[in-house]
Amino acid sequence: MIINHPLLGPCDAQEFTYLGDARLIERPDGMADGAAAAFFDYAYLRENPAGEHRELWFHEQGDRSWLVVTRNTLTHDIISVELARDVARRQGRSA
Amino acid sequence: MNRLSTGGQIDRAKTFRFTFDGVPYDGHPGDTLASALLANGVRLMGRSFKYHRPRGVLTAGSEEPNALVQLRNGGRQEPNTRATTAELFNGLTAVSQNAWPSLKFDALAINDRLSNFLTAGFYYKTFMWPAAFWEKLYEPIIRRAAGLGSITTEPDPDSYDKGFLHCDLLIIGAGPAGLAAALTAGRAGARVILADEDFRMGGRLNAETHALGEQSGADWAAAIVAELASMPNIRLLTRTTILGAFDHGIYGAVERVADHLPEPAPGKPRQILWRIYSKAAVLCAGAIERPIAFANNDRPGIMMAGALRTYVNRWAVTPAQTVAVFTNNDDGHRTARDLLARGLDVAAIIDTRADAPACDGAQVMAGAQVIDSAGRLGLKSVTVRQADGREHQLKLGALGMSGGWNPNVALSSHQRGRPQWNDEIAAFLPGADLPQGMQVAGAAAGRFSTQAALASGADAAMQVLSDMGKTGHAPDLPMAEDGKTRITPFWHVGGTKARAWLDFQNDVTVKDVTLAHQEGFRSVEHLKRYTTLGMATDQGKTANMGGLAVMAELTGQSIAQTGTTMFRPPYTPVAMGALAGRSVGRDFRPFRLTPSHKWAVEQGATFVEVGMWLRAQWFPQPGESDWRQSVDREVRATRSSVGVCDVTTLGKIDVQGRDAAAFLNRIYCNGFAKLAVGRVRYGLMLREDGIAMDDGTAARLADDHFVVTTTTANAVAVFRHMEFARQCLWPDMDVQLISTTEAWAQFAVAGPNSRALLQKIVDPEFDLSNDGFPFMACGEITVCGGCPARLFRISFSGELAFEIAVPTRYGDALIRRLMAAGHEFGVTPYGTEALGVMRIEKGHAAGNELNGQTTALNLGMGRMVSDKKDSIGAVLSRREGLQDEKGLRLVGFMPRNPQDRVIAGAHLLETGAELRAANDLGYVTSACYSPTLNSYIAIGFLKAGDARLGDVLRAASPLTGHDTEVTVVSPHFIDPEGERLRA
Repeated sequence: MIINHPLLGPCDAQEFTYLGDARLIERPDGMADGAAAAFFDYAYLRENPAGEHRELWFHEQGDRSWLVVTRNTLTHDIISVELARDVARRQGRSA
Repeated sequence: MNRLSTGGQIDRAKTFRFTFDGVPYDGHPGDTLASALLANGVRLMGRSFKYHRPRGVLTAGSEEPNALVQLRNGGRQEPNTRATTAELFNGLTAVSQNAWPSLKFDALAINDRLSNFLTAGFYYKTFMWPAAFWEKLYEPIIRRAAGLGSITTEPDPDSYDKGFLHCDLLIIGAGPAGLAAALTAGRAGARVILADEDFRMGGRLNAETHALGEQSGADWAAAIVAELASMPNIRLLTRTTILGAFDHGIYGAVERVADHLPEPAPGKPRQILWRIYSKAAVLCAGAIERPIAFANNDRPGIMMAGALRTYVNRWAVTPAQTVAVFTNNDDGHRTARDLLARGLDVAAIIDTRADAPACDGAQVMAGAQVIDSAGRLGLKSVTVRQADGREHQLKLGALGMSGGWNPNVALSSHQRGRPQWNDEIAAFLPGADLPQGMQVAGAAAGRFSTQAALASGADAAMQVLSDMGKTGHAPDLPMAEDGKTRITPFWHVGGTKARAWLDFQNDVTVKDVTLAHQEGFRSVEHLKRYTTLGMATDQGKTANMGGLAVMAELTGQSIAQTGTTMFRPPYTPVAMGALAGRSVGRDFRPFRLTPSHKWAVEQGATFVEVGMWLRAQWFPQPGESDWRQSVDREVRATRSSVGVCDVTTLGKIDVQGRDAAAFLNRIYCNGFAKLAVGRVRYGLMLREDGIAMDDGTAARLADDHFVVTTTTANAVAVFRHMEFARQCLWPDMDVQLISTTEAWAQFAVAGPNSRALLQKIVDPEFDLSNDGFPFMACGEITVCGGCPARLFRISFSGELAFEIAVPTRYGDALIRRLMAAGHEFGVTPYGTEALGVMRIEKGHAAGNELNGQTTALNLGMGRMVSDKKDSIGAVLSRREGLQDEKGLRLVGFMPRNPQDRVIAGAHLLETGAELRAANDLGYVTSACYSPTLNSYIAIGFLKAGDARLGDVLRAASPLTGHDTEVTVVSPHFIDPEGERLRA
């Protein structure tokens, strides 16, 4: 597969390591009420879609960017590639 | 001799000598092993897989199922090579396979007589009982009886490379369509790769007699190839098989650089595995002719009609002087015409169609079928049933079968694309869901006439150019034959009890498919696995279509409804050597050397691989015959005076930024926010699920600067995890990370004299006294008169100890200075074994304890998990299931008899309890002989272990047979109060 890195352009998937569902960005607040239940969902529950999937890839053999790659799990088409940091910011994780 | 006196694309001026089964023969440059053997009158080339039936060539290409031979010998011995693709060279040695004592008399041909017992699924049914016999008796016998070639046990003397290529357009196959596409795209300036598995480009143009314009097909192809070779933007890859179509326009290819030479040129690889990145691809892989199943259709001399004329036209070779053709389509007649033109005797054209066309010079038997053949080691005659039912015997030496042509769709469906049935050509065509960027042209797309193939290749290239925004011009293509495909599907001759072969390599017959149908294995995927149809090394290239047509007939479904099995890479077998490339032997994976490696080699150290590092395991001294003597000495010397160990391999991560402390406070379960500058703290990282991930230390060199250490094994994973936290969880913390593992050489200096030794190295302005540099202090210092260094007062051994780091380039010098300066103290280098013994004696957890199943509580560090802050893993570590009062706790074990060995991995039970899982109380994780306590010792996890100190248990390992009574003790065997550390 070829991942079109937003900063570096097309890169072979071999340069990356894979983590999984991009929902891992949405880490709950450990000090909030109900944290135990929220963390249970966060750590264990994943969608397993046959189709578009947002997932985290780490450019380990490259610039060490974590990327959010939207990939179709049936066709391996890559629909979008973003810096995970930008996604995290957009999701209000700047605080 | 079966070599015709003229013609053929061979160099008759030169002669190559080769042997087959020890018999010497002659051939010419341009020959394959198969064509040269046929030229010498050798029709028998192999024995079949299961029944050991005599076999000759079926095809003239890579789809060959029968003529598998073993080439060369010694380390270059290569089994299961198709004689049809093996390019002849002077001195080639080939032997037949799967026959004993000889190819002509094979003892296991008895299997052929036993064929009633060896039908589909026979070993599932026959060798069911007793079950224990399978592995020891049945399987070895079956494997010996049903076999292919044998592999060499000698190392391969050749090298194999891997490479990467990029192009605008990859063209797969250099027949008429591929050449037209390459010409069109090449002239327009596109970067083109044209690959063909053959050693001569041209595809069927080299095998046919019809003209292209004023030229022969072969001459036209040669002229085009010459023009393409002159273009700098075109790369021609002959002898190169595109083995798979992968995601996003990536293709795998094997280039056989030196398979056609006795041995590779000096410094050159035997083969290259290419990874080709293409923007677009045109599949021009041609078509594969399919056989017709009739009784005993597998004798040497019976081959594909297209192959028969290929041997005559391209290699000027005929397998026999008298031949016949058995066909269901017009293309079979072409073979008869070509052979007649070369003066051969065509006994008949047996055409299954009642409306078969006539043929000048040959008798056409319309509506007839071949119903049997005879000739034990080679074809002697066939029996024909005419349309009126009369049977008739024809004496001949070769028969060409033509059941029609299958477009070679394999690569078009490597991305799960499904081929579509087409009634007009009675074959599957590539479906609409092609791999990204791929088009199909020529016979692979069902464009069977030469004219149509040329035009479709040029059209495909024009489309690619237009997609790229380039302007192309369709080349002036020569006039060529433009015949229509006329075929009436006919798959097998019915009404016989004899076996009629579908899959020649795996010995699957029409009867086997019938049996599979009777027993309920009716889907093509079940059919394949039950009968092994299409599962041989040829992947059923000539077999699958016939098999599924027979199944369709049995089920009453159409072929389209029956469907095909999946095509998967590789297209043809790939040598393991090509896949391994240079990653063999010592280069299997890279390894890393510590800064003191050269010095350690000089000391005669024994090394061990840890992660990718080579670390000194121990340093044997003269007179030491056993590793334990060395390790015990190193431990005693360190604990009584001073020892030095290279600990560079531990991961080091530099953490800087205004929020560095806050960041580490979230990474580690224990607190880091208030760590003072100049101090080090032990830290435990948890996974988000609450399980311990890694431990190490973090040293605060400045307000905004920490150095974190990780275990050797987890250095990469921890760095990745910290980057994840930094970029994904807290994207706007002001913190930067960089791995500095390789930047610093670091040595542990441990033992009561460690301070005295370091005072001789560290520049005098730095105070190393207990007050000036107490336990868990750190600082940036200089050594040896100004060399920058970092000093950490941390201890893994439990002794007064330091770790000293210098830039890596000074590491070798530093170890030599330390050894010289420490001479007066008897300084002793120690390796990873002594390091391990000392940490067990001290009760420090390591990889064996941080094993991915244990929590901080299990490790005796439950109180470290702060509930005053949010850190990774803290919330789930507090889950009820992980907070069990009676759960596993890290404790120590002493055998009741100090010389009784305790084994890591042993399980813990009450002394009277039976050794079974229900009585399991925990397990031993680390064990060693302690030269300090003069006893074997161990640490491990025991249920409610902290409440069981003093109890006696059984530590038993069913694996090794060790069974030892042990007393539960504190894991801190030495200096539990830590007085030595703080001295």
